[in-house]
Amino acid sequence: MRDRKWIIAGLAVFCVVVLFPVWYGFTTRGEAAPPDVVLPTNEKSCVEPTEWMIANHPTLLNEWRNAVIRDGRTEYVSSTGVTYTMSFTGTCLGCHPTRATFCQRCHDYADVQPTCWDCHVEPQGK
Amino acid sequence: MSNHKESDGNTSRRRFLKEAGAAVVGLSWGLPVLSAGCRAAAQESSAKVPGKQWAMVVDMEKCRREGVRQAAIEACDRAHNIPHIPDSDDEVKWVWTTEFQHAFPEDVHERTPAAQREAPVLVMCNHCTDPACVKVCPTKATWKRESDGIVMIDMHRCIGCRYCMAACPYGARSFNWRDPRPYVETDANGDYYSDYPTRARGVVEKCDFCAERLRDGQLPACVEAVAKVAGGAGALTFGDVTDADSAVSRLLRERETIVRRPELGTGPNVYYIV
Amino acid sequence: MLEAAFHGGRRYWLLLAGWAVLIGIGAVAYSRQLTLGLTVTGMSRDVSWGLYIAQFTFLVGVAASAVMVVLPYYLHNYKAFGKTVILGEFLAVSAVLMCMMFIFVDMGQPMRILNVFLHPTPNSVMFWDSMVLFGYLILNLVIGTVTFDAERKGAPPARWVRPLIYLSIPWAVSIHTVTAFLYAGLVARPFWMTAILAPRFLASAFSSGPALLILLALILRRTTRFDVGEQAIQKLAVIVTYAMAINLFFVVVELFTGLYGNMPEHLDTFRYLYAGLDGHAALVPWMWTNAILTLTCVTLLMIPRVRARDGLLAAVAVGVIGAVWIEKGMGLVVGGFIPSTLGQVTEYTPTATEVAITVAVYAVGFMVLTVLCRIVVNVREQLEAA
Repeated sequence: MRDRKWIIAGLAVFCVVVLFPVWYGFTTRGEAAPPDVVLPTNEKSCVEPTEWMIANHPTLLNEWRNAVIRDGRTEYVSSTGVTYTMSFTGTCLGCHPTRATFCQRCHDYADVQPTCWDCHVEPQGK
Repeated sequence: MSNHKESDGNTSRRRFLKEAGAAVVGLSWGLPVLSAGCRAAAQESSAKVPGKQWAMVVDMEKCRREGVRQAAIEACDRAHNIPHIPDSDDEVKWVWTTEFQHAFPEDVHERTPAAQREAPVLVMCNHCTDPACVKVCPTKATWKRESDGIVMIDMHRCIGCRYCMAACPYGARSFNWRDPRPYVETDANGDYYSDYPTRARGVVEKCDFCAERLRDGQLPACVEAVAKVAGGAGALTFGDVTDADSAVSRLLRERETIVRRPELGTGPNVYYIV
Repeated sequence: MLEAAFHGGRRYWLLLAGWAVLIGIGAVAYSRQLTLGLTVTGMSRDVSWGLYIAQFTFLVGVAASAVMVVLPYYLHNYKAFGKTVILGEFLAVSAVLMCMMFIFVDMGQPMRILNVFLHPTPNSVMFWDSMVLFGYLILNLVIGTVTFDAERKGAPPARWVRPLIYLSIPWAVSIHTVTAFLYAGLVARPFWMTAILAPRFLASAFSSGPALLILLALILRRTTRFDVGEQAIQKLAVIVTYAMAINLFFVVVELFTGLYGNMPEHLDTFRYLYAGLDGHAALVPWMWTNAILTLTCVTLLMIPRVRARDGLLAAVAVGVIGAVWIEKGMGLVVGGFIPSTLGQVTEYTPTATEVAITVAVYAVGFMVLTVLCRIVVNVREQLEAA
C-alpha cells in the first residue's frame, strides 16, 4: 500500500470521532445519577408496584382512558386487590401533582417528550 | 440493464425485496379492510343492551333572560377551560346563544316578527340518537356511548380531519385552529378554573354533557349554574329520557316541546319548551 | 428501469430544480402551519374545509380518469392508445399521491394518521376513501411498472397483471364515487346531498383528466421525441367533449331543480355562488368565469377543426381544466359550507401560507410525474432506436 500512512491516520481519526460518545462519557462524567424523583407522602404505594409502573404506566393510562370514556367504567382493581378510581387527573395527579419534581425527572433522564401536558393541567390552586 | 438469471431454487435478492415489499404494502392495506369488514359483519349480530339516554330540556322562555344564558355559558367555559378566542373564525364554543331563526329555520316565516325571529336561544350539542358526526368519523374518535347515550370525543385519537364538523347539522362542534391555552380564562391567582384538560391544537371538541361530572353524581355545570340565578330555576332540566319518571320525561309529557331540524332524522336529545 | 430517470438534458434538470424550489418554499410554510396550527389558513369554524380538500376533490377526478384510456385499450383492444396508457397510469399515480398529500396537510394532527389504519371504521366513508385511494395507488404503480417493464424487454407482461388491469377499471370509478359519497351522505349539507353528485364528479373527472393527458401528450411531443400519435390525441379530445357536455347537462339539471322548485335550502348556495348572499359575493366572479369557460370550451370542442389544431386544442384543454377546477374546488367544496348549518354566511379566502403549501404539493406531484415521464420517454427512445 502506497498511502499506508494516510490510510491508518484516517482510520484513527475516524475511530476517535465515531467513538466520541464512549470515551467522552468515561473521561468527563463519571457515573450517571439515577433520576431523583420526589415521592408523595400521603400514600405508601402506587396503584401497581413501582417497577411495573415505571415500565407500563403509558399502557395503564391508555387502558384507563378507554375504559372510562368508551365503556363508562370507573373502577380499577389492582394486582394487589385494592380498588382505585380510574382517573389521571383525580387519582394519578392526586398523589403526583407536580410534574417538575416527579414526571419530568425520569422523562428528562430518558430524554423522552410525551405530549401529555399540551392538554392536561396540574391540579389548580389548592 | 443486466438480467438476473435465477439459478435453480435460488431467487434473486431483488425479487425477494420486491416480494417482501409487496407483502408489507399488501398487509397494511388488507388488514384494515379485512378488519373493517369483520367489524361491519359483527355489528349486525350483536344485541345492544339498552342503556340510558341523557337528555336536556331547555325552557326557551326562561332562557331569554341574558343572565340565565350567561350563567350557563360561563359555567361551561370555566368547568372545561374553554378558550375565549377573539377571532370569530377560530372561536371555540360548546354552549352558546343564537337567534331563533338560526336554531329553528323551519319555524319562521316571512311575517314572523323580529322579536320572535331574533329571540335568543341557548344551543349546544344535541347528543343525537343517530348522530351524523359519529357516522362519519374515520377513527371512532367520536362515538355514542352505549351506557348513557352521550356522544363523546377521545382527544387522544382525533386526527383533526374535521369531517364531523362538515356532518353536524347543528354546528355544535369547534376545531382548535390554534393552541387554546393562552386564551383560557384564569382566576385571580392565575390558576385555571378547573382541572379539565385544555385540549391541544388540531382536535375537535364539543359539549360532552359534563360526562366527568355525571361520573361523580353531579349535574352538568350549566344546569347547576342556571338554577342559582334569578329567573333561572327550571331553565335547564337534565335527566334520563328512557326513564319514564325522570324530570325530563315528565316535562316532555306535560309541555309542548320541539327539537332542532327533526326532519333530518338525527334524533336530537335536547328538547326546547316553546 | 429507474436509472433512466437520471438521463436527461438540461431542461429536465432545470424543471426538477424548479419543482424543488417550490417544494422548499412550501416546506417552510408547512412548518409554520405545524407550529401555529391551521389558524394560518383561511378556514374557520363555519367553513372548515378549504383549498386543501378542494384540491383533493379535483385531483381524485384526475386520478380516476386513467380509466378512460385503460378501458378502450385493454377491454376493447383500441390499439391507438398503445402509447397513451402508460401516461394515463403514471398521471394517475402522481394525482393519487397529491390527493393523499393534500389530506395529510389538511389534518389537525397529522402524526396520528395511522389511527385511520389502526381503528378501521366501516361506517365512515372517509375510512373507505383512504383505503380505495391507497389501493388505487398500489394498483397503478404495479400495473404501470410491470407492463412498461415488459414492453421494454420486448416480452408480454406477466399473466397476473391482466386481472389487476381489469380490476383497475371499476376501481377507478369507485375512487371518485366514494369521494362523492363523502359529501353526498351528509344530511347537514343540502347542497351536497344529491344523488347526482357522484355522476357529476365522474363527468367532470372524465373531462379534466383526459384534458390534462392531452396537455401532457402535446408537451411531450413538443419537447421530446415521444409522440402518442395524432389518433390518440384526437380520441382523447372527443372523450373530453362528450364528458364536458354531460357535465354541463348535469349542472343544468341541478340548476333546474333548485331554481324551479325555489326551495330556500336548495337555492341559498346557488344564490351565494352566482349572485351573492347577504352582501357576500366573493365567489361570484369565479363562478361566472367558470360558466363562460364551460360554455365556450364545450362549444369549441364540438368543432372538429378546433380539435385538429394543436395550439387551439391545448388552449381549450387548459380552459376545461380551469373550469372543472373552479367548479369542483370553489363551487362545490366551499359552496357546501355557505350558508352554514345555522344559515349564516362566513366567507373563505385562502391565505398565502395555504397557497404556498398547496403549490408545494402540486410541485411534488409534478416532480414525480416529470421523473416518470422521463423514464417513459427514455425507454421508448431506446426501444424505437433498436
